[in-house]
Amino acid sequence: MAQLEAVVLILVIVANFVTLGTGRLTTCIRAVALQGFLLGLLPVVLHAGWSLHQIGLAAGTIAVKAVLLPRFLLWAIRETAIRREVEPRVGYVASLLLGAAGLAIAFAVAGRLPLPEQAAALLVPVALATVIMGLVVLTTRRKAVNQVVGYLMLENGIYLFGLTQTERVPFLVEVGVLLDIFVAVFIMGIVVFHINREFDSIDSARLAELAE
Amino acid sequence: MTLLALILVPALAAAGAYAHREAAYRTGWLVGVAALHLALVVAVWLAPPAAVLGGWLAVDALGLVVLALVSLLFFVVALYTVGYLRREDPRGGRAFVSCLLAFLASASLVALSHHFALLWVGMESTTLAVAPLIFHRHDRRSLEAVWKYLVLSSVAIALALLGTFFLATAQSLVAGAGRPLVLEDLVAAAPRLHVAWLRGAFIFLLVGFGTKMGLVPLHTWKPDTYGEAPSLVGGLMAGALASCAFLGLARITQVVLAAGLAAFVRPLLIGFGLLSLAAAAAFMILQSDVKRLLAYSSIEHTGLLVLGLGLGGVGPYGTVLHVINSGLAKVLMFLAVGNVVLATGTSAAAGNRGILRTLPVSGALLLIGLFAVTGSPPFGPFVSEFTILRAALAEGHPWVAAGMVALLAIVFVGMAAMILEMLHGERGSAGAHAPESGWLVVGPAALAAAILTLGLYIPAPLQDALVRAAAALGGRAP
Repeated sequence: MAQLEAVVLILVIVANFVTLGTGRLTTCIRAVALQGFLLGLLPVVLHAGWSLHQIGLAAGTIAVKAVLLPRFLLWAIRETAIRREVEPRVGYVASLLLGAAGLAIAFAVAGRLPLPEQAAALLVPVALATVIMGLVVLTTRRKAVNQVVGYLMLENGIYLFGLTQTERVPFLVEVGVLLDIFVAVFIMGIVVFHINREFDSIDSARLAELAE
Repeated sequence: MTLLALILVPALAAAGAYAHREAAYRTGWLVGVAALHLALVVAVWLAPPAAVLGGWLAVDALGLVVLALVSLLFFVVALYTVGYLRREDPRGGRAFVSCLLAFLASASLVALSHHFALLWVGMESTTLAVAPLIFHRHDRRSLEAVWKYLVLSSVAIALALLGTFFLATAQSLVAGAGRPLVLEDLVAAAPRLHVAWLRGAFIFLLVGFGTKMGLVPLHTWKPDTYGEAPSLVGGLMAGALASCAFLGLARITQVVLAAGLAAFVRPLLIGFGLLSLAAAAAFMILQSDVKRLLAYSSIEHTGLLVLGLGLGGVGPYGTVLHVINSGLAKVLMFLAVGNVVLATGTSAAAGNRGILRTLPVSGALLLIGLFAVTGSPPFGPFVSEFTILRAALAEGHPWVAAGMVALLAIVFVGMAAMILEMLHGERGSAGAHAPESGWLVVGPAALAAAILTLGLYIPAPLQDALVRAAAALGGRAP
């Protein structure tokens, strides 16, 4: 199972880099949906058992992170006719480099920390790297949809980390699903109020209204 | 059972309030539930019930102080809401009352949680419950404010969850460390917890809860949000929500101090405290809007809270007392300013002049609030700020004490300059004379009385709770 797990985790990282390197919103959403699907597989792959809890967790994760939220996001970009990221604060090549640096930092940090025994040596660094890359997307992109994608990556990273504790701490990972409420609220906000950039393009004439 | 009731009663009442169409009925319902909640809190204070749900929900002195403060402030705000919804009520106030009650339920959950994941759930729910309240006016400015608030809070709350996972990891690496993430067991096993993971947990929880408190540089949402939210919501956020976020930070500080990491934690807390104080003082001078001014005042007070927590000695005692005092004073200010805004339709300082003549009662309350919130004697905040100052001197931080005094002086000048001009000054054209409804002044008047009382003497049961709470945070009684 260890090899299968490594493959899944490497694909998670690949999905991160895809989002970092493109301005096509549909690609970003598909990548993060794929990531959600992989996350759903992990509880079963990691613990090799087929307990009801693990299957429930896997099914719930896939339903929310791989199906519901991505479909909701795709619907949002259809409704608001947003296709591409325009002028991200940091270019795609630079974001990829930032992501690579984040990956290196994550492995360096995780290598120096003792890991919970049941956690695979790969799981913790991949989780931390996903958190960092999510934060990169969240802060460097201007389109609200893309920021939601970044937020989903951040959440996925946290979920991955939480998987090291599923056996020991009941409900801990499940609690993370509450974060998805924010995602839903954001998507609703984007659709209902056509929020294109973070908050400044609601009406560009009023850009500086709440500025310091 | 009482502990569960404190959370479930407002939660169910939130649903009940939504079901009713009659506006008058709904506000009556709100005041009734707030009064019931306050009565339950008094009962808990008199006879603390045993922990329930396997130790996940429990009362201790620190949680009880925050719970009582939240409940009292909520009751005051509920009375104010009756008057407020009669004056400004764009959509029947149905969602408004429900969200207020949902906030009360989640804030009670935060105050009673002795389990870090449950505490986190409470913090997340407070964030969500408040969002529709900020957006009450449904205009572009409030949309921008609520969006900013949600984006920052959601990232903060996510990082706080990661911190909680780190904490669980720190605990899982040692055998026999007790029930996972339960506060008492964590504190008991603290010296054996894994240090690196524990430090990581503290950093992430500091960032997460610090953003919710509005510590500089994580405060950027606060002026916009407080500036745009209805005044009573701003007051509830500054008084109750910030106290809940502080409680979250205090909980992890309890664990980290028990683990013997004081040398790591204290400089961080002192640094964030002074930075917040300095930034608040600097930006206050530049403000032209009174609600934004209050937002910076709130940032100043959160700075004082973490400063006192970081100083040790009598600092934690001063901090816990300041949670109460600053909470009361901030809500008093927001409600008094709210009356001004209701009368003149603007929170820009330039549009409000001669308030003492046009709105004598609210003007007088605003004047009292000004002296209270800036920590002038004989009001409560003076006592708590002075205790924090004493801690700085006694624990060997004379420069911190000097900086604190200088910054508090700037804050006083900045606030007094704007508010005194609003109170006196020539009567502006916008200053229409409006009769002051009893609902809108009774709450703030009660708060003013409470702040004055706490400045003169501290009742014995409160003193007892303060001492125990300070001891839990590594401090001692003055």
